[in-house]
Order: sequence, then structure tokens, then C-alpha cells
Amino acid sequence: MADHDHTEPPSDTALRVKALESLLLEKGLVEADTLDAIIQLYEHNVGPQNGAKVVARAWSDPDYKARLLADATPAIAELGYGGVQGEDMVVVENTSDVHNLLVCTLCSCYPWPVLGLPPVWYKAAPYRARAVSEPRAVLKEFGVEIREGVEVRVWDSTAELRYMVLPERPAGTEGLGEDELAALVTRDSMIGVALVEST
Amino acid sequence: MNGIHDLGGMHGMGPVNPETDEPVFHADWERRVFALMMAIPGSVYNIDEFRHAIERMEAAEYLSTSYYEHWLHCLEVLMIEKGQFERAELEAAWSNAASAANGSA
Repeated sequence: MADHDHTEPPSDTALRVKALESLLLEKGLVEADTLDAIIQLYEHNVGPQNGAKVVARAWSDPDYKARLLADATPAIAELGYGGVQGEDMVVVENTSDVHNLLVCTLCSCYPWPVLGLPPVWYKAAPYRARAVSEPRAVLKEFGVEIREGVEVRVWDSTAELRYMVLPERPAGTEGLGEDELAALVTRDSMIGVALVEST
Repeated sequence: MNGIHDLGGMHGMGPVNPETDEPVFHADWERRVFALMMAIPGSVYNIDEFRHAIERMEAAEYLSTSYYEHWLHCLEVLMIEKGQFERAELEAAWSNAASAANGSA
């Protein structure tokens, strides 16, 4: 289909975005203050530090862990996290027999309230293509070797349902409080591409 | 809809290449696209319509552009389809932005 009447978009993406933003502001569809607040929120306030607190609580409080695994959304809300892209949450537990891995094969679905915005590799073709067909090979690229006999479960996220991994608590952390435990928990361990190390 | 976006199990995609200490956004324009997407009222379009706009991208364009470029493409398409502005208005905004950039250079 030839669009001879149409100008091609500028090759400079930043310019193209500036144009769209100015048009949307002019039409009153968005407001400048709102845009700045959204950026502030997702760049600084929402991130894997939230999920780490959920994990640390689950490791420290067996009743909380039971609630989290039974119905994650309200259990996560107990710590004050919820909302956009986390409306319906499922937490899957890593054990000595099962290792869980999250992916979104179709795009980028990810539990924003607990992990923040997804990293580029999570949204890119190689991870989305391979996590479901050769998860152990993918894990090996992340430096994680899963023993033979340990089942690997891969969870394909959707727009409606988001997963988070509850990693295994590492040995040698028995004396640690929740804040110290949370400091050990990484984003990657809650996606399932890393294990939590005790130091 | 079956298409290039349905990547699960596809071969030939190469290694994952995670980035060390990755920032939330890699350029200021990514921040702006993200914020625009979040700020446009939900009454203008819904997530399925956004999804459909992504699925209508040409395969080569889908694979050769970045995640937030997909979003930018879809926002432009949807705003026009939903009658929020005309294609001609968007083109005028492109030339205004280009002139402003040249003027300040």
C-alpha cells in the first residue's frame, strides 16, 4: 500500500516522541504534571525492592507465606503493594524439588507493583522464544545450574495474571531479620533466573 | 492472532544478553513514551486494542525496533484510529518538532 500523501515519520525517535507529546498536551489528553509524576513513580518508587520485602516477610512469617501462596494479591497488598499490572498475582515457590521461571512469550507482562518495569532482556525476542523451549539452557546463561531431578516450571504471564517467584531462602541466614533478608533478594531471583545467595 | 509477536519456542533468536546494572529507562524519550501511554485516559482505548495495534505491526518492523518504539508506533496509530487527532496534525507536529530542534541547534 503506497501512501504517497503521507510524510514518513522522522528517523530521530526522540523528535517523533516530542511531536506526539506536544500534540497530546495540546489536545488536553495528557497533562505535563501527570507525566512527570508517572516517571518519578516508576523510575524511583516502584521496583524489586518491593518484591524483596514480600519475600523477606514470607521467609520470616510462616502464616504470611501460607497466605501469599494461597492468594497472593491480598497478601502482597498487606505490605502496601498493588495496582496497575499487579491486579491478579500468583506467587510460585522454589523448593529443593521445583525451580520456577517467569516469562511473557507474547510481550512483556510482568508484576509491576513488586518488581517494577521489566528489563530489556525480558521483553526481547531471545528470552521470550527460548524460556519455554529450553529453560535449563537459558538458566545456564544466567549462571544458574539446575540439578537433574529438579523440576523446572515455566510460567507464561498474561495481561490478566502476573507471577512472582518466591526464591528459596539460602542456608546461613537463620539469624537475619526481615530488612537484612530483603537486602539479599534480587530482581532476577524473583523472575527465577537467579538464586538468592547468603552473602 | 498468530504472528511474529508469538515468540514462544521460536528458533534462531540467539543468546539472552542481560545488561549489568540496567537503568529503568535507556533514553529520555523512553520515559516520555511510557508516561504518555500511562497518562492517556483509559476511555480512549483499552489494552486489547493496544495489543491489537502491536500485532498489526509488520514482522520486520516488529523485530527491528525496540520495545518503546513499539509503544510509540501503537500510540500514533491508535490516536488516529480513535479520532483523537488526524494524521495531518501528527505530520505537522513532526515538522514543528524538527524546526524547533534545528532552531535551537
